[in-house]
Amino acid sequence: MLPLRFRRVTMSARVLVGVKRVIDYAVKIRVKPDRTGVVTDGVKHSMNPFCEIAVEEAVKLKEKKLVKEVVAVSCGPQQVQETIRTALAMGADRGIHVEVSGKDYETLGPLQVSKIFAALAKKEQADLIILGKQAIDDDCNQTGQMTAALLDWPQGTFASEVTLEADKLKVVREIDGGLETIKIKLPAVVTADLRLNTPRYATLPNIMKAKKKKIVNVKPADLGVDVSSRLEVLKVDEPPQRQSGVKVETVHDLVEKLKEAGRI
Amino acid sequence: MCNCMGMVLSCSVCDVIVLPFICIFKARRCIRALKAVRAEHVAPQVYSTRWSSSTVPRITTHYTVYPRDKDPRWEGMEMERFADEADVVIVGGGPAGLSAAIRLKQLANQHEKELRVCVVEKASQIGAHTLSGACLEPTALNELIPDWKERGAPLNTPVTEDKFAILTEKYRIPVPILPGLPMNNHGNYLVRLGHFVRWLGEQAEELGVELYPGYAAAEVLFHEDGSVKGIATNDVGIGKDGSPKDVFERGMELHAKVTLFGEGCHGHLAKQLYKQFNLRENCEPQTYAIGLKELWVIDEKKWRPGRTEHSVGWPLNRNTYGGSFLYHLNEGEPLVALGFVVGLDYTNPYLSPFREFQRWKHHPSIMSTLEGGNRIAYGARALNEGGFQSIPKLTFPGGMLIGCSPGFMNVPKIKGTHTAMKSGMLAAETAFSKITDENLQSETAGLYIPEYKEALEKSWIWKELYAVRNIRPSFHNYFGLYGGMLYTGIFYWFLRGKEPWTLKHNGLDSAQLKPAKDCAPIEYPKPDGKISFDLLSSVALSGTNHEHDQPPHLTLKDDSVPVAQNLAIYDGPEQRFCPAGVYEYVPLETGDGMRLQINAQNCVHCKTCDIKDPSQNINWVVPEGSGGPAYNGM
Repeated sequence: MLPLRFRRVTMSARVLVGVKRVIDYAVKIRVKPDRTGVVTDGVKHSMNPFCEIAVEEAVKLKEKKLVKEVVAVSCGPQQVQETIRTALAMGADRGIHVEVSGKDYETLGPLQVSKIFAALAKKEQADLIILGKQAIDDDCNQTGQMTAALLDWPQGTFASEVTLEADKLKVVREIDGGLETIKIKLPAVVTADLRLNTPRYATLPNIMKAKKKKIVNVKPADLGVDVSSRLEVLKVDEPPQRQSGVKVETVHDLVEKLKEAGRI
Repeated sequence: MCNCMGMVLSCSVCDVIVLPFICIFKARRCIRALKAVRAEHVAPQVYSTRWSSSTVPRITTHYTVYPRDKDPRWEGMEMERFADEADVVIVGGGPAGLSAAIRLKQLANQHEKELRVCVVEKASQIGAHTLSGACLEPTALNELIPDWKERGAPLNTPVTEDKFAILTEKYRIPVPILPGLPMNNHGNYLVRLGHFVRWLGEQAEELGVELYPGYAAAEVLFHEDGSVKGIATNDVGIGKDGSPKDVFERGMELHAKVTLFGEGCHGHLAKQLYKQFNLRENCEPQTYAIGLKELWVIDEKKWRPGRTEHSVGWPLNRNTYGGSFLYHLNEGEPLVALGFVVGLDYTNPYLSPFREFQRWKHHPSIMSTLEGGNRIAYGARALNEGGFQSIPKLTFPGGMLIGCSPGFMNVPKIKGTHTAMKSGMLAAETAFSKITDENLQSETAGLYIPEYKEALEKSWIWKELYAVRNIRPSFHNYFGLYGGMLYTGIFYWFLRGKEPWTLKHNGLDSAQLKPAKDCAPIEYPKPDGKISFDLLSSVALSGTNHEHDQPPHLTLKDDSVPVAQNLAIYDGPEQRFCPAGVYEYVPLETGDGMRLQINAQNCVHCKTCDIKDPSQNINWVVPEGSGGPAYNGM
């Protein structure tokens, strides 16, 4: 006879997966002429690679019948619906589009997003939140951790392996020194690292089917979240041009050059 | 004319048409072709390489060269495909494809009929693989969407100034553009064609067209009676060595009553269709050019929105067709679009179109515009130069060819967008009447629509292309460029193409290269990093990328030919004509000899290699969808 709690978790577990629409990693970024940010208009965007891994993990759990429903969430303007559709094509069941646009979207950061996720987790009665470990545009690596803190849930970050055992989650984490294995109780927040899995492709038949899946629009105010930012971007600049190096023939020349440059 | 007898085998497992074929040429017309065929069987001459026939490193792993039904790694793999039906499937989301889609839906709404139109496009978003000058003649747009201005079409820069010049190394000789000459641009708009195509995509979606960017049409499907049934999108999840990965999934089949192929210049499916249906038996081979383009943000003081500049001459010699364009756009910031076109019938294998482009920018008249500016984009694409003489048969059972794929470019005007759009619209109109004809008795399962060709012949496209048909071939004379300009000035300006003769082209572009030993290497200046740049930093700006672990999509029919032929006889011209640095000859690890390295990830889908390879050994096939450049308004 399975303990009641175990049955609750496996039979009705709901997973929230966060997906972020970012500038594609292969595109060369250009700083806007007014130095307030980077050019995004018309630039190729795609789902953050770590978010793809997160979606894949959630869908795998569903395929193993360990969770019942996967909900894809994204915060942003109208265009993020494409990203949610990709998640739906990969296997998510429904989507939630949290509408944030204009100035609010430009200043949207991990603190506000984690507040949104915490509110959604309570509203949707989620048991598990899987996020990418970081976004490739801001490289913050904060949303998962902040979400866990706001909900007072345990967190398994930088996950390279996730196994559901009874009502606990065994997470193998990639840390500086190697791998750390922890067991955390559900409900929990997990952030996906590169080696967690290889995401599947969103194939055309699935994209067509995904058009029939529901995406619900929600405003941050409806969730009681204030998206104003505590940070102000002063300016954005290109990194300094890399100077060409100089080849020297002997160690003596090297020392001379270093002295000339004032380094020693 | 050449007569090719094709032998077609259909694979029973995966429906791929496998085409090994034996060509028999008529000697009178095909001396050059015969030389090419003979060259393939000549014992390779050793210049700087030694190679052993048994140790050629394996380059090609694509299933179009090594079929999967014979490959033990694919035994037992599920090869069934999901299939769906539409009324019309359009391959290619460019000006022609989208105009056809829009026209179909307009007609459907007008006549209150239901019509399912699906467009598949290999780029990740509509417009991402679009590259053109571009100076748009709005004739077709005015017919398609008369209220384009109210709908916000991005035609923001009417042409205000039109300049044409012959360049020498130091000087610029202006040439007056008399009214009536094809290069007169009054009434036209300078556009960022990628943005225009994106706008067309939005218009199409509003009308209910199903757009599927990120999915490439990889295969043509046939009914049992041989007519076209539709297309299948690319498979995903095949590893670099050709074996299936865990994430392998078959592409999807889209069946249609008629399929429109609008792949742009030198489409890979069109190439198959030419062979399959013998569409090129009564026309000249298509000739091409490569166009390289950059976008620059320049110093505001030098910016003249609406100014259109074209040049010919330096740095090309008089026998190499080509020229430049420089357009000042009016889109908010001081932006110029500039580029260089080189005819792919050039003869010197040491010529590098990319480096000619970089060199041209150093001309005093160009440098004065670019100094103090910043390059923000780069790209390249092949374009058609064959014009009227090279238009193939356009309809076959189940399908039609539209746009630059068959090639309706007006070469002296250097405009092909308006004719591409019009051809898409005509295809849509004729297809619509056929599909909605309730009394239709079609002989084949896929609809055969010869009315399309008739409609084209009655339209302004035909008159326009006929009138300028002799201008490009007139360059094939001893005086080259000057002979051509003389011919244009005398015959075109007075007779407007009414002369009774039709000049011929020189044959296939790939057959024009002279052996390297007969040509002099060209000394190109080093890029200075401010006006001219090196190849790899340029390729990075195109934003191109492909999934790394997939078979290279630049397939070789025979892996040994590059070193044996291209390197030995022509000193590896593909290392020079590829605008993305895909082809590199590197020393073998064993130390003796060279091998060809294909950096498929760099490919910008220009198709130049498929066109210009002297051994015609390179076959460009479509990679996994959404790979390729990420152009933004090019």
